[in-house]
Amino acid sequence: MALKETPSQTAGPFVHIGTLPAVAGLKTKTPEQPNILARDGTLGERIRIEGTIHDGAGVLVKDAMVEIWQANANGQYGSNDFTGWGRAATDFETGLFFFETVKPGQTPFRDGRKQAPHISLSIFARGINIHLQTRLYFSDEAQANATDPVLQMVGQPELVATLISNKEPGQGRPLYRFDIHLQGDRETVFFDF
Amino acid sequence: MSEHGEYRRRDRSWHPAAYTPAYRSTTFRAPRRALLSLPQSIGELSGPVFGHGALDPLDSDLIRNYATTGDAIGERIIVHGTVMDENGRPVPGALIEIWQANAGGKYRHVNDKYMAALDPNFGGCGRVVSDAEGRYSFRTIRPGPYPFPNDGCAWRPAHIHLSIFGHAFVQRLVTQFYFEGDPLIARCAIVNTVKGQAAIASLVAKLDMQNMQAFDCLAYRFDIVLRGRNATHFEGS
Repeated sequence: MALKETPSQTAGPFVHIGTLPAVAGLKTKTPEQPNILARDGTLGERIRIEGTIHDGAGVLVKDAMVEIWQANANGQYGSNDFTGWGRAATDFETGLFFFETVKPGQTPFRDGRKQAPHISLSIFARGINIHLQTRLYFSDEAQANATDPVLQMVGQPELVATLISNKEPGQGRPLYRFDIHLQGDRETVFFDF
Repeated sequence: MSEHGEYRRRDRSWHPAAYTPAYRSTTFRAPRRALLSLPQSIGELSGPVFGHGALDPLDSDLIRNYATTGDAIGERIIVHGTVMDENGRPVPGALIEIWQANAGGKYRHVNDKYMAALDPNFGGCGRVVSDAEGRYSFRTIRPGPYPFPNDGCAWRPAHIHLSIFGHAFVQRLVTQFYFEGDPLIARCAIVNTVKGQAAIASLVAKLDMQNMQAFDCLAYRFDIVLRGRNATHFEGS
């Protein structure tokens, strides 16, 4: 007989204690930077991702925790030189979260078709009863995005737009901006897998 | 059973809905559009692997891991159980991260403004990895209840937060468990975001006298169920 999954409960406003203890103000034995995924020797193009999370009243969500999961530059998950996993807090003052990583390669969809480069995101916070799952795509991958099976299922261009990070002009490492809207006219598309 | 088969779909009626107005923080944080259901591809069927070897034995002892002058204050308890999947199979190597308030209901967090005192010997942060049989155990103190703003002043029952990584992105789970017999459980708007007594009961740790440590700690048992692969998928069939 099948068991029932343990029900989710909100991560609450103090999620950082267990997940990002230094952010909560706890001393840690070793400095941890789980939002820095790209290390010396990591293959691929170095990128920075920045964003904010907005609630349905237009207020910045400053107590959230965001996790990412992605393939490496060759489209492989869990390779030895690149964990592909990261975690960041939205800043208590500015609401900004950021990651330093590499641009992922293309990976196969369930049916074998190619998916455009993307990063999976999960959002945990007070007032979020079960974590929200979405994807970040890249504005400079228009051709791959146009044939991506998931973006095709999303369909409507204004909904697809909520999933595409914008490459911002600047010097040095490419910067992609990804703002998440939990609710409202610009509500981000969230997934159930 | 296939090693690559999809996981059962999440029973969203068993989990809390996103919008549960009695828990006021959901009012502006709940998406209003339905989730878009997608098949599971490689990115959802895989998941991060952490350096489990790097865990310190003290990581699962919250009575001592932030202690400076002596043990943390409070009722000494052991919390233990098994991490299983929906098919009843143990999940070895699951990373469980733990956070909680101290015995007075105060969190060691820069944003916790509750008047209760901090315990200089308690951090409220730990982690443990399930063993080959899916079993896990950690030692801590029983946290205190505390007030929070929710349509006036509401009180949280004593609870411990858990963040769990199984083997796949789709198994990710963050939850809280409560303690058998606590009269605040039934009164809590956050508990009651979960509909159904059976689902709520599955979030309550049971007093486990058989596993108490004589003249040291009480024990509570809390089993964790993560999503399991769909049993209808058989390799080569």
